Amino acid sequence: MSTAHDWRGVAAESQDDFTDRVSLLLRDRSRRLLSSLLRPHRRTLAVVLAVVLVENAARLAIPYLVKVGIDSGIPPMQAGAGSRVLLTVTGVVLVTVLVQAVARQAFLTISGQVGQRVLLELRRRLFRHFQRLSPAFHDRYTSGRVISRMTSDVEAIDEMLDTGFDGLVNAALTLVGTAVLLLVLDLELGLVALGSFPLLLWLSAWFRRESASAYRRTRESVAAVIVHFVETMTGIRAVQAFRREARNEEIFDQVNDDYRLANMRAFRLVGLFMPGIKLIGNVTIAITLVVGAYRAFDGAVSVGVLAAFLIYLRQFFEPMQEISQFYNTFQSAGAALEKLSGVLEEEPDVAEPTVAVPLRDAHGAVRFERVGFCYVEDRPVLRALELDVPAGQTLALVGATGAGKTTVATLMARFYDPTRGRVLLDGIDLRDLSEADLRNAVVLVTQENFVFAGTIADNIRFGRPDATDAEVRAAAEAIGADTFIADLPEGYRTPVESRGGRLSAGQRQLVAFARAFLADPAVLILDEATSSLDVPSERLVQRAMHTILAERTAIIIAHRLSTVEIADRVLVLEDGAVVEDGSPAELVATGGGRYAGLHDAWLESLV
Amino acid sequence: MPPRTVTAPHSAVADPSRRRAGTSLWRLRGYLAPYVGSLVVMALSAVGAVAVALAIPLVIRAIIDGPITNGDRSGIWPLGLLALVLGVVEAALILLRRWVQASAVLGLETALRSDLYATLNSLPMAFHSRWQSGQLLSRVTIDLSTIRRFSGFGVLFLVINVVQLVATVAVMLHLYWPLGLVVAVAAVPIIWLSRSFEHRYVVVSRRVQDQQGDVASQVEESALGMRVIRSFGRRDLAFDKYDREASRLFDSSVDKVRLSARFWTFLEIIPNVALALVLLLGAIAAGNESLSPGTLVAFITLMLSLVWPVAALGVILSMAQEAMTAADRVVEVLDTAPAIVGGTRVLERPRGHLRFEGVGFTFPDADRPLLHGVDLDVAPGETVAVVGATGSGKTTLTALVPRLHDVTAGRITVDGVDVRELTLPCLRRVVATAFEEPTLFSMSARENVTLGRPDASEADVREALEVAQAGFVHDLPWGLDTRIGEQGMSLSGGQRQRLALARAVLARPRILVLDDTLSALDVHTEALVETALRAVLRDATGIVVAHRASTVLLADRVALLAGGTITSVGRHSELLATVPAYRELLSADADLAGAAEVA
Ligand SMILES: Nc1ncnc2c1ncn2[C@@H]1O[C@H](COP(=O)(O)OP(=O)(O)OP(=O)(O)O)[C@@H](O)[C@H]1O
Ligand SMILES: Nc1ncnc2c1ncn2[C@@H]1O[C@H](COP(=O)(O)OP(=O)(O)OP(=O)(O)O)[C@@H](O)[C@H]1O
Ligand SMILES: [Mg+2]
Ligand SMILES: [Mg+2]
Repeated sequence: MSTAHDWRGVAAESQDDFTDRVSLLLRDRSRRLLSSLLRPHRRTLAVVLAVVLVENAARLAIPYLVKVGIDSGIPPMQAGAGSRVLLTVTGVVLVTVLVQAVARQAFLTISGQVGQRVLLELRRRLFRHFQRLSPAFHDRYTSGRVISRMTSDVEAIDEMLDTGFDGLVNAALTLVGTAVLLLVLDLELGLVALGSFPLLLWLSAWFRRESASAYRRTRESVAAVIVHFVETMTGIRAVQAFRREARNEEIFDQVNDDYRLANMRAFRLVGLFMPGIKLIGNVTIAITLVVGAYRAFDGAVSVGVLAAFLIYLRQFFEPMQEISQFYNTFQSAGAALEKLSGVLEEEPDVAEPTVAVPLRDAHGAVRFERVGFCYVEDRPVLRALELDVPAGQTLALVGATGAGKTTVATLMARFYDPTRGRVLLDGIDLRDLSEADLRNAVVLVTQENFVFAGTIADNIRFGRPDATDAEVRAAAEAIGADTFIADLPEGYRTPVESRGGRLSAGQRQLVAFARAFLADPAVLILDEATSSLDVPSERLVQRAMHTILAERTAIIIAHRLSTVEIADRVLVLEDGAVVEDGSPAELVATGGGRYAGLHDAWLESLV
Repeated sequence: MPPRTVTAPHSAVADPSRRRAGTSLWRLRGYLAPYVGSLVVMALSAVGAVAVALAIPLVIRAIIDGPITNGDRSGIWPLGLLALVLGVVEAALILLRRWVQASAVLGLETALRSDLYATLNSLPMAFHSRWQSGQLLSRVTIDLSTIRRFSGFGVLFLVINVVQLVATVAVMLHLYWPLGLVVAVAAVPIIWLSRSFEHRYVVVSRRVQDQQGDVASQVEESALGMRVIRSFGRRDLAFDKYDREASRLFDSSVDKVRLSARFWTFLEIIPNVALALVLLLGAIAAGNESLSPGTLVAFITLMLSLVWPVAALGVILSMAQEAMTAADRVVEVLDTAPAIVGGTRVLERPRGHLRFEGVGFTFPDADRPLLHGVDLDVAPGETVAVVGATGSGKTTLTALVPRLHDVTAGRITVDGVDVRELTLPCLRRVVATAFEEPTLFSMSARENVTLGRPDASEADVREALEVAQAGFVHDLPWGLDTRIGEQGMSLSGGQRQRLALARAVLARPRILVLDDTLSALDVHTEALVETALRAVLRDATGIVVAHRASTVLLADRVALLAGGTITSVGRHSELLATVPAYRELLSADADLAGAAEVA
């Protein structure tokens, strides 16, 4: 029933389509990134350059020496004057070959290492940067594309470093060196040969222009493939249970085919470019041959010179093939670099302050001052929320689903910045706190508790990396997670897979809970942290909360009022506004209110 | 190295060193079958181009030995023209080859990727929980493009270069055999070296490729777990974990660089040494006048034309090795036999009579069964609640019905037919599950809801949304067409759960499984959903996993899952009265006591 693309649904504009005008800017941006990556390796690169010059000098000298060998080695032998000259030349050739060998190996090793170092640095920078960017950015950009940038785009650059770099540098140097030699050997003939240069430049410029957009498209379409792939694999359970395979394959074939077409376009461009270079080269050789022959008649060049000339000429065009061969990995890497530089220049919109207000031992007083917030422009989730939580209070947020409870929690943890108003911790605007101080003071246990690949202990220790084994155990025991952990084959050292395979939903929540308790923050925000627990486990957790939350500020979001009852104060949220505020007992006692209604309904549900 | 999931049983991954080099790659040749015509054209034009490239130096020789030596000016033109024509022909042949090649290799890559995706789609949960998805991702991207690059560029140039080498040497032998022989002998060290290189390179390149997968896994994990990392301010910790993998990859890549640097250098040196010998011996021969100067020039031109092809062999052979390991990695997945395959029977009119008969289940790598001796009979139209402690195996039990996992003992029947005898589409049409964790995809809300029934009418969708109290989707910016999930509008936890519920309801299954699907709803909404669900469950057989008494009341009977088996079945009130374990688990006593305290 759905046509080619409407399964995707409608969303705000993708920001990935560039106009041509912008692409100049992009090139600039990638160049900046590249130079910042290469700057630390200046010295090494200078060495590489020296080595490569030696190598190419040696490489180029060989045909020249051959010419010398033919021109001045053969006549004495024909004259019966012995082979001393020839032997000398041969010896020199062998030495040159040796020099070339040493230089080449050095070049390959050093430049390869530099390349890998650059790549490692790029990987590191990207990782750090993506972690610094705000959840709002990630919501927009999506994890699939983050993954695609950090894998496929980096790979494209790797590929260039692997195969392209070496070929290109050598070829370019050979090209220049040969051009000079051609001119030195015979100026007139050299000029004829180099007459093809403007054509070559023109062809290359054409290719560069066309392929830039082609490769940009391949980067975008491979990202689409990766996004879809990752999503399917993440949700494979639902895919299989709902027989989504066929439709998914259809969709995948679509994005896969888009990628194929994008590649095809790039390949076809290369397919025109390379024979074009060859054509220019071959025509030039033919012309030089004829012109050279005429000059030989006139005695202007010797046969040896003509032979050497033709040899060089071939050597001149041979690397051109190489260059064009690798030019496409270059262009592809260029497109990847463009994307990466774009991401790297993305400013985190929930940025750390340049000068942070220090926060030593946080007390945990939280204030929302006329906080307004919207995820989507013109659709406010919170309008002008006023909230004052004194240090040490346990506050419960209740309200219908979609009322904005999680939103309040995420603002408190500064996942987002409010569109209007301020959120304060101990009187300091969250925007003025350093990331480290803020995270030490405020911890949010999200509705989607995520378990990392690693052992159970590692996962709990995530809350405080320097915690001892005993502390990890104590945290688990406090909330009653130790019983299930003890039952696991290797106890705390049992590995769990990423996304928590091997743990049940409730067990995952317990782990996330233990993690938060271990972190020991001044402000603890629990967003439905017990929703999947059975009643006895939940009761254990509540008992733990009673003691643990005693002297810390806590914001608890829960639908089960049993959890809410332990709060000092309850806030009922409706459509992003506080409609009731008071201690649970008060609110129940007043009667007729929303909380009282919830309470009654809950009592009823207990049966 | 196997995908480094911690529990990785090695069964899925064959020991790479025992796989004969290249067999995996060779097995993929079928993907080129549709392009046989193209391949022939490709090969012919490649061989043609080589022949032409060889002919050009011969023309040069003809000009030097002929017109120039004889001073015959008019003889230049025909030969010059010939050189020109040959040059144009060579370029034209290259053009032809490249165009044909592009569609063939891209076709190969695309088809292989589609197949890999389809295979992964059909592999059971057990496979997916064992394999890191980064490892799968790297196979679908990096490995496939490695194979593509080799099968287009690599194979062809391997062949062309070898043909060119052989042909050139043959021409040389023909021109002046003693010199030709010298060149031919130079090939011996090349072959010997290539073989020893291959052995070592295959190990390194496999390591690099596996580590690329590990890096991808770290990337994926940090992208998906970004909120938790942020909430705890553990960027540095996550970075260190990632950095360990990235540094390991760096080390292996540098090893690879070192190894190939040595090999490539040798390949470039050998022809040059041969050249020096040719010069020496050739000049001596020319000195004796047993070789004409023109022949010597042609000889040396040919010799020089060998330098690049031999040097390029280094790159090509490395590429070949990488393609072989990539193919191994891809074939590992393609070869994984889906442990869960459908049967052949189809239920025409399923009634939804679900029976567990002595069902047992053990996770593949566990040493004791999670479930054993589970007996339960759910009559058509009946609803049974499954109650049990956290981690007691409720989710696993429900996953056995649509065969996301297979029972390891006993059997499950639908209308008397073992589920393993039913075709998977049939079975999964009969059963629909609303999972405890709502999985939404970055697609329109409609596509998400109609996942199990793409042909649902507008009215059906409306009704399902009504049941799940998911009317909020109409208020999204583009209504049902709004993209949700990660890629667009995000939803609140309760909204996500209700959409997932609507999805299961819309599938109109005979057997509806609700795995703790009301946990994120507030009391009012929950009551509304329950009322609506009651109507749905009247027609369908229902399995309801529940932690709350209110949800349990949706069911006609309750089954208590404890110690890996169903210990008691009965009505809620009965069990409350007679089974202490049940009371312990579900009784509201404590809650009521707490409430009373407050009130
Ligand atoms: N990332 C987002 N982008 C856009 N809209 C969002 C986003 N997250 C939430 N919303 C919308 O904001 C509103 C409030 O969501 P919020 O998650 O705060 O609700 P909640 O009170 O926590 O609900 P629940 O009890 O279901 O978790 C909802 O209508 C939701 O659709
Ligand atoms: N791949 C696995 N290998 C070994 N054990 C596993 C694996 N996956 C889950 N388990 C174990 O199986 C048990 C049952 O898990 P399941 O998800 O079925 O529990 P549940 O009853 O649904 O719990 P909850 O109420 O928390 O959702 C858990 O103890 C879990 O640790
Ligand atoms: Mg929420
Ligand atoms: Mg479960």
